[in-house]
Amino acid sequence: MTVSELLQSPATVPAVNTIYRLQWEESQQAYVLLYPEGMVQLNGSAGEIMNMVDGQRTLADIVQLLQQKFPDAGDLSGDIAEFLEVAHEQHWITLNQ
Amino acid sequence: MSNTGSLSTSSTEGGNSTGSGNDVGRPLWLLAELTYKCPLQCSYCSNPLDLKGSGKELTTDQWLSVFEQGRKMGAAQLGFSGGEPLVRRDLEVLIREARNMGYYTNLITSGLGMDDRRVSDFRDAGLDHIQVSFQASTEELNNRLAGSQKAFAQKLAMAREVKAQGYPMVLNFVIHRDNIEQIDKIIELSIELQADFVELAIAQYYGWAFINREHLLPTKEQLIRAEATTNRYREQLNGEGPKLIFVTPDYYEERPKACMNGWGNIFLTIAPDGTALPCHSARELPLEFPNVLDSSLEEIWYRSTGFNHFRGYEWMKEPCRSCDEKKKDFGGCRCQAFKLTGDAANADPVCSKSEHHGKILAARDDAEKIAAGGDGQTPLLARNTHNQQQALDIIASVK
Repeated sequence: MTVSELLQSPATVPAVNTIYRLQWEESQQAYVLLYPEGMVQLNGSAGEIMNMVDGQRTLADIVQLLQQKFPDAGDLSGDIAEFLEVAHEQHWITLNQ
Repeated sequence: MSNTGSLSTSSTEGGNSTGSGNDVGRPLWLLAELTYKCPLQCSYCSNPLDLKGSGKELTTDQWLSVFEQGRKMGAAQLGFSGGEPLVRRDLEVLIREARNMGYYTNLITSGLGMDDRRVSDFRDAGLDHIQVSFQASTEELNNRLAGSQKAFAQKLAMAREVKAQGYPMVLNFVIHRDNIEQIDKIIELSIELQADFVELAIAQYYGWAFINREHLLPTKEQLIRAEATTNRYREQLNGEGPKLIFVTPDYYEERPKACMNGWGNIFLTIAPDGTALPCHSARELPLEFPNVLDSSLEEIWYRSTGFNHFRGYEWMKEPCRSCDEKKKDFGGCRCQAFKLTGDAANADPVCSKSEHHGKILAARDDAEKIAAGGDGQTPLLARNTHNQQQALDIIASVK
């Protein structure tokens, strides 16, 4: 499957790449991705999405959970797929079926 | 291993960069130089020349207090470095406690003093990443550069063990005149060892590396070839295999590096005896730096003279003061300015606007001459206590 096919499939399971560790940083009020000698600070929505990525939940689970958490946000599926595409390009996550 | 200070706080879509601007930043990166003791004798080491004078080391509890204070102030990355951090028998305890505090823990090591059991114990303690340094891609050259007959075999074994136990692994090669021609073999070794990242770090000239500079600085042509080779492998790898990080030497630049992303901005080093420094070379400056045994980290970072000295732009002289690039590079490296011009507030002479830029040009010329078979002016000195006095004498004669 291509990346775009994976991102359209509700059964796809994203997982954080083993090099990275996701963590909430109180002092930055943000989620960060930590990796050897480096750190990426994620913005609010990126952090919320990454926080759902646990290697177990499917894309459909993640969309549903975030819709529940942010009921007024409208349809989030497009934004989520878009961010996961960037995250995959950055090698932050893997996409598995 | 000690000749790097790489740190990235990257920004991408969905991310924000951190640690810039005029306000005092947080010490996001804490480097714990646990000891200056080291089984290797690399001539490019950035440790101070005076290895004997600082035999004192913080205790386990004193280190843990530093880590705790740093974490509260926002530090997220913790590097265990040295010297060789494996010399410390309490390393496993330090890793476990630091990991529990929420640090991303990095072990920066030569691999000497480790075995499969210790790699596994560190894993259980929560160690996030191991960086293994190599001196070269062949046993003969590696061991000669390291001053140790068993170094290469041990490093190979440990690099394999690190990957076998599932750690992310960075391999670090300090590149200089004696190994730059083998950069293709170095990259191939890194691919074979399944490194995640490879730092091809051209030596920077601090500590022992400074007095050995004429033996280390590659020629411009060597550098161009090495970078081209690296780019060829990047294309070949096409995103697979190790990420190659080529760190260019500022001696061949016309503008200085934004050293440490700004003085006292994101980086905090604690030397073995507890001295707090804005970078691991700052000890060479004629400034007083505070000690964690006397003051809190908060006091040190935000209010000590040493840390405030080169913050902001007020301390700058011309040509930096009126330069429109000062916010980009902060006038370069204070240690380099001091070592080459005698005044740490001068522009880093790497900058072509500096009136001392000729010193950099002269170093480039020397590199050409020696590469062409000329004699150097000083002997190549291995980093060890035996050579310490001679090294200090060389520095004294330069000033």
